[in-house]
Amino acid sequence: MHPAPSIIAFTTLSGLGLGLLFWLGIDPTPPTGWVGAVFFAIGFALAGGGLMLSTFHLGRPERAIRAFSQWRTSWLSREAWTALAALSVMVLHAALVVLFGFSLSLLGWLGAALCLATVFTTSMIYAQLRTVPRWHHWSTPLLFLTLSLAGGALLSGRVSVAMVLLAITGAVQLWSWRDGDERLARSGSDMASATGLGGIGTVRAFEPPHTGTNYLMREMVHVVGRKHAQKLRVIAMGLMVVLPVVLLALPFGHAWAGLAVLSHVAGVIVARWLFFAEAEHVVGFYYGKR
Amino acid sequence: MTSLPASTERKLGLVIDLDTCVGCHACVVSCKGWNTENYGAPLSDQDPYGADPTGTFLNRVHSYEVQPETGPAQLFHFPKSCLHCEDAPCVTVCPTGASYKRAEDGIVLVNESACIGCGLCAWACPYGARELDAAEGVMKKCTLCVDRIYNDNLPEEDRLPACVRTCPAGARHFGDLGDPDSDVSRLVVERGGFDLMPEQGTKPVNKYLPPRPKDGWEGQVDVLAPFLAPVAEEPKGFLGWLDRALGALPGGDRP
Ligand code: SF4
Ligand code: SF4
Repeated sequence: MHPAPSIIAFTTLSGLGLGLLFWLGIDPTPPTGWVGAVFFAIGFALAGGGLMLSTFHLGRPERAIRAFSQWRTSWLSREAWTALAALSVMVLHAALVVLFGFSLSLLGWLGAALCLATVFTTSMIYAQLRTVPRWHHWSTPLLFLTLSLAGGALLSGRVSVAMVLLAITGAVQLWSWRDGDERLARSGSDMASATGLGGIGTVRAFEPPHTGTNYLMREMVHVVGRKHAQKLRVIAMGLMVVLPVVLLALPFGHAWAGLAVLSHVAGVIVARWLFFAEAEHVVGFYYGKR
Repeated sequence: MTSLPASTERKLGLVIDLDTCVGCHACVVSCKGWNTENYGAPLSDQDPYGADPTGTFLNRVHSYEVQPETGPAQLFHFPKSCLHCEDAPCVTVCPTGASYKRAEDGIVLVNESACIGCGLCAWACPYGARELDAAEGVMKKCTLCVDRIYNDNLPEEDRLPACVRTCPAGARHFGDLGDPDSDVSRLVVERGGFDLMPEQGTKPVNKYLPPRPKDGWEGQVDVLAPFLAPVAEEPKGFLGWLDRALGALPGGDRP
């Protein structure tokens, strides 16, 4: 699949921001006053900014409001609702905490739950697609959720929680890379099933339907850059999990936290790029590609 | 509304004969022509006369080479457009309700004035039947020529999808696949029509007819064959002398 920068930025930033808001929501003694304002502002900037970015890849962004209409069937529509609800509740919670130093824990927990629900709905947009076997798996929501929780813990300065969650995220990511490599083969789709000609012999793409490229090839048969996948996996894991954990484990972990956050974000961006670039869409079989 | 209808009164669709298609792309051209001038936004091209032309098409013809275990490779032309699936994943993913499946005839359509161009439906389709138009920013797909098949202004013989009407080989058939007695349904039964990627669970309405087995010449003896056998393997008499004499000359082509 095409790793569109707007979608990578959107899922990375909103995941982090929602994770941060989650921890602020369940905190029994959230930071108040100016400190609180800064924490909440970062959370809203990341989550809201990310969601704004997601409209950049629309062909008709001026109609984006229509995406709220089909929550009964569409995960994308559900994402729009949960995002709106999460941000609204958290704004209310933040206002009470920052302005009045008063934390209504029920409101915070509700906002936190909605934040996680938003991350979940985002992940389900990908996980629901049977056409992309690498994504069509319960590990996709698990990965998005653990990543968001770990990143949020890191951003909110919960050093020991962050270390544990980062390690869990790393394990989930490693396993989904390994297992993901086999999902296309397990899906049962191949050139024989795509063309129905497999009963005659071995099918090979002879001539494509067009001389140039097209929307389908650009969007779904993105194969460039996959050859560096192994190296990028190592880089992603190093930046996203290993380096932040090492930095936090150093004496005066707090002093290094800023660096750990930067490293983590960079790692998540690389991992998210791979999430798209490595995902094979079954339509590739019609072009003799994967 | 992006909920799928529980069932549709009719299941209009195409039956495509892989045995007959000659790969001329006439259906591609007639589809592009009709659908550029009619239903919804035109099918745009980008850089059409330049070095890197691309464009939106609702129907494309692939070609595949199939190598059987023995014998020569076989070549098939493979037209592909929306299969108007009964369990259309492209419809349920749509956040705006722009994509829908009609309860009366099963045609899957896009309401272009509600489409936000998110492209999710194209991701959900296993067959690559949906293309986002780069000029208009909305999703385009085969309409089964909904503006021809019910069009009283057209002569009756033209009330067919443009691709079916134009196919010079008769490789494309249109009809109600929900009616077991329709011509298309009988054709599917007779010829063993099949679904593309059935494992994707989309339940396509369109069916493909498999290529008929190819003729082979091995083991076939014509009753007249004995009369055509060479009378003499080596020329004798005058011809034999001429053959040897010419062959002996320098520059001759015999070893
Ligand atoms: S072929 Fe693709 S676009 Fe057409 S109904 Fe099926 S899933 Fe939808
Ligand atoms: S591109 Fe248009 S039709 Fe397709 S899912 Fe998005 S809004 Fe619906």
